[in-house]
Amino acid sequence: MTLIRYQSPELSPWSAADRLSNLRDELNSFFELPFSSSLARAGQLFSGWSPALDLYEGNDNVTAIVELPGMRKEEIEISLHDGTLTVSGERKRESSSNGDKAERTERYVGTFRRSIALPTRVDANKVSATYRDGILTVTLAKAEEVKPKQIQVN
Amino acid sequence: MNTLTRENRSGDRAQTEQFVAPPSRVIETGDGYTLEVEMPGVNKEGLDISIGNNELTINGRRSLPVVEGTLIHHESRPENFRRTFELDPSIDGNKISARIEQGLATLTLPKAEHVKPRKITVS
Repeated sequence: MTLIRYQSPELSPWSAADRLSNLRDELNSFFELPFSSSLARAGQLFSGWSPALDLYEGNDNVTAIVELPGMRKEEIEISLHDGTLTVSGERKRESSSNGDKAERTERYVGTFRRSIALPTRVDANKVSATYRDGILTVTLAKAEEVKPKQIQVN
Repeated sequence: MNTLTRENRSGDRAQTEQFVAPPSRVIETGDGYTLEVEMPGVNKEGLDISIGNNELTINGRRSLPVVEGTLIHHESRPENFRRTFELDPSIDGNKISARIEQGLATLTLPKAEHVKPRKITVS
């Protein structure tokens, strides 16, 4: 599972929440945001961003669905080690052009790493992934010995 | 700087369908604004942008991959996306353009010609 650094919400002067509130002060009425308070709290709990992950188990496959909007497929890395699937990558901050005057963001940039222990053994040679509409789908074939088998009674 | 956007969430509650407000990013450029909205699972067909009453409403309908099997770990939200922004009066509503790539919608909101910075030649 992911290792997260927990910080007490009261004791985080340098956290993302603070950056957001500074930005908010600077831009003042630019962008009124009740929504940011919930994101700011998330920023205190996670040192990076942690994309949402769903895991499905079928008869033949285990499938992971990860929400990664606005990335390039080259920026996503998938690895399998000891029954743990890890999806990691870096969302680069686009260098702002000279004309940019101000910015207000709730989007996370930087590195992310998301790991999950798989429920069964999988065949490391039969893993495939697709990235479409900002959703990464990783399909892992179950190892032959854990697949359900029909046993014929003679 | 004037208000470009204002969250309008009270209206959502009155409706039966629940929506998620997607994270966004606003950049002010010399010529206008760029608005980025994260909506994983939304493609061009699922994206609906409307302007009315000086408000810009973005709706994103998700089309998620169909997966065989039982859901054993769940973190995603099933709701579709909706967010309303109040348009700054300097924005030319007729010239707003949008594109969506990998679940990230990018809107370009140019300022009206009369509010753009302009060089005045001294004669």
